Amino acid sequence: MITILLFAQLQEEISKDRIELHADHLTVRELKDNLQKEYPFSRLDSVMVAVNEVYALDHDIVTAGDVVALIPPVSGG
Amino acid sequence: MMDNLFEVVDKPIVVEELVKKVERREAGAITTFIGTVREWTKGRRTMYLEYQAYVPMAVKMLTKIGEEITLEWPNTKVAITHRIGRLNISDIAVVIAVSTPHRKAAYEANEYAIERIKQIVPIWKKEHWEDGETWIGDQLENKAYTSGKPNMEDFQ
Repeated sequence: MITILLFAQLQEEISKDRIELHADHLTVRELKDNLQKEYPFSRLDSVMVAVNEVYALDHDIVTAGDVVALIPPVSGG
Repeated sequence: MMDNLFEVVDKPIVVEELVKKVERREAGAITTFIGTVREWTKGRRTMYLEYQAYVPMAVKMLTKIGEEITLEWPNTKVAITHRIGRLNISDIAVVIAVSTPHRKAAYEANEYAIERIKQIVPIWKKEHWEDGETWIGDQLENKAYTSGKPNMEDFQ
């Protein structure tokens, strides 16, 4: 099980703040592609990903038990 | 002192508390940056804002900014607090306090901190306009990601 946390507009687009995904050992890119196919997100291509609170790249591997956050462009300050 | 230098809070920020956190005998300068909620943006009126954060990671990223600053400007002490939740016009959203032996570094490091916050800290602002609402970030109101996303060097 991989937990995916959603924030800001992504949370509103699918009316959920998290998704539990039955998956293991896939790349960040594959994970994003899967989510884009399964859920009505407007676009995930500009969204960064953090795995266990650390920014990750497309080719990084996500495994069961990881907490993945989808991070749209930030706007703090 | 075991003060938390980097915090995300849901209560009003007291500027003086951050000044106290960075006060030191070797400091000759303390700069504070106070980010407040603006009413008008390019002719459009904001009624109030809502900030959301991925809190544990936001605190980590604020801490990382502090580490970057002490590498670039030695003998610097930094404290940053960001507020989340609903904020009204003129409310304080973020305070950055930097103390250094001499003033130049205090100004420079403080500006660096706010620029980095806008790049790497997972906090999002929702504008509640007079005529609608928008999550800011992929919008031109704030930071235009010309390549469609932040540069990876932002995250190194």
